[in-house]
Amino acid sequence: MVVELLPSAVDGLLVGVIYGLAAMGLSLIFGVMRVVNLAHGPLIALGMFGVHSLFTGLGVNPFLALVPVGALGFLAGLVLYFAAVHPVRNAPHLSSLLSTFAVNMILVGVGTSLFTTNFRNVDYSLGKVELGTLSIPGTRLAAAGIAVLVAAGLHAFLAFSRPGKYVRAVAGDREAAELVGIPSTRVLAASFGLGTSLAAVAGGLVAILFPFTILSGGTYELKSFVIVVLGGLGNPLGALAGGLILGLVEGIVPFYLGTGWVPVIEFGLFVALLLVRPQGLFGGKR
Amino acid sequence: MSRAIRPAVLVLAAVLALLVSCNGSSDSDSEGGAGTIVIGFTASLTGKLNVESVRQKNGLELWAKDVNDAGGLALADGRVLRFATKCYDDESAQDRVQQLYTRLVTEDRADFLVSPYSSGLTSAASVIAEQNGKVMISAGAASDSNYRQGFSLVYQVYTPASHYLTGSIDLIRAAAPDAKRIAIVHENDKFSTDVCSELRSYAESKGIEVALFEGYDSGTTDFAPLINKVAQASPAGILGGGHFQDGSTLARQLAEKGIPIQFLVLLVAPPEPSFGELGDAAAGVIGPSQWEPRAAFAPGDATEGVRGCGPAAESFVAAYRAAHGEEPSYHAAGGYAAGLVLADAILRAGGVETEAVREALDRTDILTFFGRMKFDASESAHGLQIGHEMVYIQWQKNREGNLVKEVVWPREAKTAEVRHPVR
Repeated sequence: MVVELLPSAVDGLLVGVIYGLAAMGLSLIFGVMRVVNLAHGPLIALGMFGVHSLFTGLGVNPFLALVPVGALGFLAGLVLYFAAVHPVRNAPHLSSLLSTFAVNMILVGVGTSLFTTNFRNVDYSLGKVELGTLSIPGTRLAAAGIAVLVAAGLHAFLAFSRPGKYVRAVAGDREAAELVGIPSTRVLAASFGLGTSLAAVAGGLVAILFPFTILSGGTYELKSFVIVVLGGLGNPLGALAGGLILGLVEGIVPFYLGTGWVPVIEFGLFVALLLVRPQGLFGGKR
Repeated sequence: MSRAIRPAVLVLAAVLALLVSCNGSSDSDSEGGAGTIVIGFTASLTGKLNVESVRQKNGLELWAKDVNDAGGLALADGRVLRFATKCYDDESAQDRVQQLYTRLVTEDRADFLVSPYSSGLTSAASVIAEQNGKVMISAGAASDSNYRQGFSLVYQVYTPASHYLTGSIDLIRAAAPDAKRIAIVHENDKFSTDVCSELRSYAESKGIEVALFEGYDSGTTDFAPLINKVAQASPAGILGGGHFQDGSTLARQLAEKGIPIQFLVLLVAPPEPSFGELGDAAAGVIGPSQWEPRAAFAPGDATEGVRGCGPAAESFVAAYRAAHGEEPSYHAAGGYAAGLVLADAILRAGGVETEAVREALDRTDILTFFGRMKFDASESAHGLQIGHEMVYIQWQKNREGNLVKEVVWPREAKTAEVRHPVR
């Protein structure tokens, strides 16, 4: 039975890392500024279109295209922060929910008129890797590897670098951080940029694997919410672990039940965790 | 002053109303005359069904033109009939269809009706045809359910949806008699589920085991879990699919995983020219189509009580291309075939009286370039198409290594032998 489940489990885990990466962006932004970014989905989708455009338009290798896409995602995040989040940073939560939701609607509207809602593919193959009975598409393996590297990089940045420590300080207690001279506005803006950049890179990785439209970001945003709750709100590494769990569920559930049961189990888990352990499996902000 | 203005306003209003009604009725209209039979229909000149519907209209109008250019339809009693078409824009909307078909019958005095495009619009038009005692040939509607409602005057040209994939079982049995095990995976929507449920019963009735029968959500992009499950069942063939997007993604991911299979048969997606852009993942994939320009059906080949009728495929394709500057799709061919079916029935009925034409249609058994046409004459499914078979195309690599579509089934239409295994 274990041997039969192995391919599904491996496929699930590989794609789960990418889900985790997308959720890390959402989790980071919430952890630092307590803003639930409802524009997360279209930002993921813009990452998909970024990689697609660079690949089909300029012939850039889609994995290399992640670098400019990540950088552009960071810049877009800065702009978005000052346009939609900074003005409402001290207002009640509802204000930031509404303002990021407005950004979501604008991005989806503009994206729909620019790109239409026809599906697109990044037609790129790296062959397949055979490991015993396992047969894994090369792109899936490479995409998961990159997601792990980016997640490790983020962890190292937050744990060891000076700006990373600033981010953690502002997340811990913004006023205290300001008292010791940390420029909180710049840190908040940079954190939002970083979260957006992670979303764009995750979107780019998804685009290499699966077909997508401007509306596809919504699916991954929903998954991100489930993952963030699994891993603990505001805990980026927990989000990565949450992504792996979700990927595993998506890989293994169809083996026993129909694929229609996957969302039932995913969101059942979501509600159960909110009731029983609202801080998530790996702890986080409450 | 006001007394002088009032009649002027009334006259103006009347003139405007007349202008509007003239505009409304001149969407498409070829002149009638003595001995001229009016064929009424609507087409979706606007709205979501625009592309397919206009092609169907083009096909039907080309048929009318061909008959008239050849001097008309000569009946046994010496009368010669010419055909005029009367068409309105239904805007792809059911309520418009009901209004306009009523108008076609009551105001335009249409002698016969042809359906709009799509099953939904056709069911709306069928009610009007039946209520008014008019024969209607349904050109672009594959759903079975319309013919199980007790209508007696509606006749279907397309192969019904329930038979979309059953021919692929015959194909597999002929090509690989030892293939006894298949997996069916399909999109969870009504059309695909209906098609695949019928496929399952048919496969089992032919002694083929359905090792896996499973649906997937319409928005699915990651088929890996499903593919792993299919691989466990080790079927000789994978059949099913749904629409273009999911079908092409499934084909692509099956190729990436390198699952060994003999046959891969998918709904809707493979006949589309853009399916070939999948490259190697498209090679070997089979798909059903109502008709293909290269399908080698020839009216001249008719045998065993089936009569040949109408032009050969090449002359239809050439005439359509000359008139519209594009290769005809099956929608256009279906429109033309609707005209052929009607003319053949009128000829055998020796006139245009509804009852005589209905009886002739019930006995129709002809071979056209579109394929065989024969209707169910029973009360339970009157008018259902039972002669026409889907043609199955397969993407194959030619000598130069380019992917081309070949017709591989049925035998009388094929342009190449089916190639298997896929990988």
